[in-house]
Amino acid sequence: MEALFDPLQYGFFQRGLIVATLSGALLGFIGVYIVLRGMSYIGHGLSHAIFGGFAAMQLFAASFYVLGAGLWGIASAIAITNVARRSRLGADAAIGVITTASFALGVALFAKFGSSGPAFDNALFGSILGISNSQIVWLLLVIAFTAIVVFTRYRALLFTTFDPEVADVSGVKVGRTEALLMVVLSLSILVTLTVIGVTLVAAMLVIPAVIARMLTDSFGRMLVLSTIIGSISGLVGMYLSYYAGVPSGTMIVLVGAAAFLVVLAITGVRGMRRTIGLDSHAAPATKESIRP
Amino acid sequence: MPAAPLISLRDVAAGYKDSVVIRDVDLDIDTRTFTGIVGPSGAGKTTLLRLLLGSLEPSHGVIERAPGVAVSYVPQLETVNWNFPVTVTECVLMSRGGRRVPWPSRSEKAEAAAVLDRLGIGDLGHRHIRELSGGQQQRMFLARALIRRPQIMLLDEPTSGVDISTRHDVLHLLAELHDDGMGIVLTTHDLNGMAAHLPDLVCVNGRIVAHGTPEDVITPAVLEQTFGARMDVLQHLGMIVVVDSSGPGRLAG
Repeated sequence: MEALFDPLQYGFFQRGLIVATLSGALLGFIGVYIVLRGMSYIGHGLSHAIFGGFAAMQLFAASFYVLGAGLWGIASAIAITNVARRSRLGADAAIGVITTASFALGVALFAKFGSSGPAFDNALFGSILGISNSQIVWLLLVIAFTAIVVFTRYRALLFTTFDPEVADVSGVKVGRTEALLMVVLSLSILVTLTVIGVTLVAAMLVIPAVIARMLTDSFGRMLVLSTIIGSISGLVGMYLSYYAGVPSGTMIVLVGAAAFLVVLAITGVRGMRRTIGLDSHAAPATKESIRP
Repeated sequence: MPAAPLISLRDVAAGYKDSVVIRDVDLDIDTRTFTGIVGPSGAGKTTLLRLLLGSLEPSHGVIERAPGVAVSYVPQLETVNWNFPVTVTECVLMSRGGRRVPWPSRSEKAEAAAVLDRLGIGDLGHRHIRELSGGQQQRMFLARALIRRPQIMLLDEPTSGVDISTRHDVLHLLAELHDDGMGIVLTTHDLNGMAAHLPDLVCVNGRIVAHGTPEDVITPAVLEQTFGARMDVLQHLGMIVVVDSSGPGRLAG
């Protein structure tokens, strides 16, 4: 028990633990939509794209970096969605170019104008140090926004995730719904970057959702399970990070990966079978993608 | 005086980017319509369906719709991931719309159960969609379309990839819906199993080649114009049978 309570005497760990647990929950929740849409690669690319905005704004406009990086991320997300929707063939390549260019820009900015190495490493792999109360507030605001969006647009989000083509002709505003999802995704990545790190955020979008899919055939239960798995990964990973002295993001992802292996061993072929169809990283079919 | 059509296409042309897929289309659709659109791949069947659906704008001509006309669409089975984590009832209720909270109301559940019952899969509402046979999946898609109470139902290859018995069932279901006052338009490449049994056919190949009853349009001349291949048309026990002339005794479609 001492091992559990000992680190809690430090304010930085308390804040880190709160942010890691909430971040895991948020990414696990939103990850369900990303994984079921076959957009895992887009999530991965987006986190790298946001890094460019994150770096630029942190260096040049410190007080507004959240806003700036958020706008950058949303712009990247919309660009990625448009590219992915308009050209199924080659979408991966286009996403690769957009996101890695933005990432490279962030690296260049850090190298040229940045402070020392640790800040860069922290951005890449996450850190429990230096988490402020304002970051917790930002995270809570994004969680509240995500919950409101999903609660009020639940059926539209489900329909566009399952069958965008028919959703579109059934009165669902598919374009607007997808844009809203990408805004939620961008904001989620942005507020979790500090603790999980840009290179590892995508893993936390995917791993809890895939584990949840292996465990259930119900969409509602998958949302709940993925959120719980994400938050537990964040919490346990944070403690391990403290004791092992390694970046928090790495331990959070490793806990998730270990949970994946355990669930895979338990569910076996049935669990594997349930994940069929999650591997398409092209954009979902839309009316533009239908050809005679 | 006949009622005005619910959807009317006048001198319509449409395509994708710079290429025109179909042109010179004049077609009226109302609740009495029970029409099959037949033609080879790339002839413009799906394009025509999308024009009727309103998901594609014409590059030329005019499409008029009656105000508030309710149209439902049934896509091909392979357009969705059948491993998606939803039950049959959840899937049917997706297109119900109108509700702002995640869970369905009691009346919505009853409505979904009634539609599933009507389609003969009332006992499968709680099942995961992966557990359905091809025919049951097609019925579930029909249920999802029907719950919107459409005046017109558009179906893209509804018998593609299903067995003969299911094809027969689907055809009967559509006939029943039509008898109840619903306009039906479907695409098919199955001349013998589907098209020959419909009351009205539109043969397309970049334009409307022929429009009429199967007796009028399933002729060697029209089929050659439509499919670009020679086919013989036989009568067997009062039914039309199309035989591919290129091979000995091969049935077409």
